[in-house]
Amino acid sequence: MRWFRRRRGGEADENRFTKPAVAAGELALLAGRTFAALARPPWDWRSWIVQMERIGVRSLTVTYVTTLFTGMVLALQAAYSLPQIGVKYYIGTVVAKSLVRELGPVLVALVVGGRIGAGMTAELGTMKVSEQIDALRSLAVDPVRELVVPRVLAAMLMLPALTLLGNVVGIIGGLAIGVTVLDLTAGFYMNDVLTSLSLEDVWSGLGKAFVFGFFISVIACRNGFNVTGGADGVGRATTQTVVMGAMFTLISDFFLTQLFHLIF
Amino acid sequence: MEHEADPPPVEPELDGDGPVFSVRGLTKSYGRKRVLDDLDFDVAKGECLVILGRSGSGKSVTLRQLNGLEKPDRGSVTFAGVDLAPLSERDLFPLRKRIAMLFQSGALFDSMDVYENIAFPLRAHAHPSEEEVAAKVAEVLETVELPGIEQKLPSELSGGMRKRVALARSLVLQPEVLLFDEPTTGLDPMTSDSIAHTIVTARDRHHSTAVVVTHDLPLARTVASRIAFLDEGRFRFIGTFAEAEGSDDPLLTHFLAGRREDA
Repeated sequence: MRWFRRRRGGEADENRFTKPAVAAGELALLAGRTFAALARPPWDWRSWIVQMERIGVRSLTVTYVTTLFTGMVLALQAAYSLPQIGVKYYIGTVVAKSLVRELGPVLVALVVGGRIGAGMTAELGTMKVSEQIDALRSLAVDPVRELVVPRVLAAMLMLPALTLLGNVVGIIGGLAIGVTVLDLTAGFYMNDVLTSLSLEDVWSGLGKAFVFGFFISVIACRNGFNVTGGADGVGRATTQTVVMGAMFTLISDFFLTQLFHLIF
Repeated sequence: MEHEADPPPVEPELDGDGPVFSVRGLTKSYGRKRVLDDLDFDVAKGECLVILGRSGSGKSVTLRQLNGLEKPDRGSVTFAGVDLAPLSERDLFPLRKRIAMLFQSGALFDSMDVYENIAFPLRAHAHPSEEEVAAKVAEVLETVELPGIEQKLPSELSGGMRKRVALARSLVLQPEVLLFDEPTTGLDPMTSDSIAHTIVTARDRHHSTAVVVTHDLPLARTVASRIAFLDEGRFRFIGTFAEAEGSDDPLLTHFLAGRREDA
C-alpha cells in the first residue's frame, strides 16, 4: 500500500511496462518528501545519531576488510601485469587514483550499501506489515520525518565517511604489498601516493559516495514502505533493495564519473 | 501529488447535536473487488458503534476510512463536518490527534519499551516535562490495569497485555474518538472480557465516542450503543443489539447465533 503517493481513486494500474515508471515516480516523490521534511524543524538529533551509529560505526569492519584487500590486490595486479614497463614504481599512483576516484566509493557502496539497504528495508517492511507505520500515521506523526529522514541523512553522511576511511586503509594495503612483496620503501610509496592524488580526486570520490548513499537509502525506504504480505514480502523487498541499490550504484557511477571529470 | 485541501482544515468543533462521523456513499474497491459499496451511516457523539461482519466483509477498511488512513474511491467521510477524503496527510494530522486508533496487532513500536511507546505521542505533540510524561504514562497504565510495566519491551508482553498497552498509548492524548480494530482477536474469553471492560472504562473516563470493529459478539454486547452488520460491502442492519436479536434477516440471525448459513 503506497500511502505516500496515494490519491483518491485507488491504486494505480500497474503492469510490467508501467512498473519501472511508477517506481521512479515513487522514489522521486519520497526523495522530495524527505528533503521537505529535512528542511522543516524540529529535528530529532537523537534518532539521526542512532542511525549514523548503525550505518557508519557498525559498517567499519566490512569497509576495512573490503578496501584493505582491494588495495593489496590492486598493487599486486599492477606490478605482475606489466613488469616490463616498471609499473611497480608507480604502484602508489595506481592504488591511490583507482581507490580514491573509483573503487573506494563503488565498493563501499556495493558492500556497505547492500548491508544497510537490506537492513533498512527489512526493518521498515516489518514495521509496515505489523501496522507500526499505520500506527505512526494514526498518531499524527509523519513516517517520512520519523523514519526516512534519519536513515537517508545518515547514509548520505556515513557513506562518504566510510569511503574516506576505506581509502586510507586501501592505500595502507597497497603499502604493505609494496614494501613486503615489491621491495619498495614506505617513503617512496607514500610520496608517490601523495604527489599523484589531488584534492579533486578526493572530492570526486566523496561526491560519488554521497550520491550513492542517497540513492541506496531512498530505494531501501521506498521498498520497505511498499512491503505487502508477511515475511515473504519482507524477503522479496529486501532482495529487491540489494539488486536495485547495486544497479543504481553502477549505473549512476558512469554518469557521475563523466560529471566529475567535467567539474574537476 | 496528493490533492491538497483548500483551505487547510482548522480544528473543527464537535458541537452538541451534529454527528461525529457522517459517512455518505462510501465506496472502495481493491482491483476489481468492490469492498465497500455505497455505505451511509452516522456516529453520534458519545455513542459506541460496533461494526460486525464476517471476515473479509470490509469492517477494517471502513474503520480505516474514519481517520483517513485510507481514502474512499467515491463518497465522503466527514469528521465534525470536515470531509477527510480530499485532505493531504499533513492536513489530516490535526484531526488524527483527536481520533485514536487501536490496531488489531496492537502495533506497538518494537524498538521501544512500554514507557517509550506510551510517551511517544505525548512527546510528539504535547511537549511536556519528563515528570509530566512519567505521571501521564503511569496514569494510563493504571486505566488499563497494567501498572508498573513501564520497562518491559513489547516482545516480553502477552497478546492481551500488548493490546492494553496499545490502548494506553491511544488514550494518552485524551482523544475525543476511539477506533478499535478487532481489539479481542486471538485472546482467550476472560482476557477478551477484561479488554471489553477496559474499553468501557476508558470511554466513560474520557467521554469518548467509539467505533469498534469486531466479530466478537460478547464484546459487542458489552460495549455497543448500536451495532451495524456489514455484508458484501453494505450494511444489512443498523440498530441496537436488542433490535438485532429480534431481526428476521436470516444472515444476521445466523451470525448472531454463530451458525453457518446453510445450517
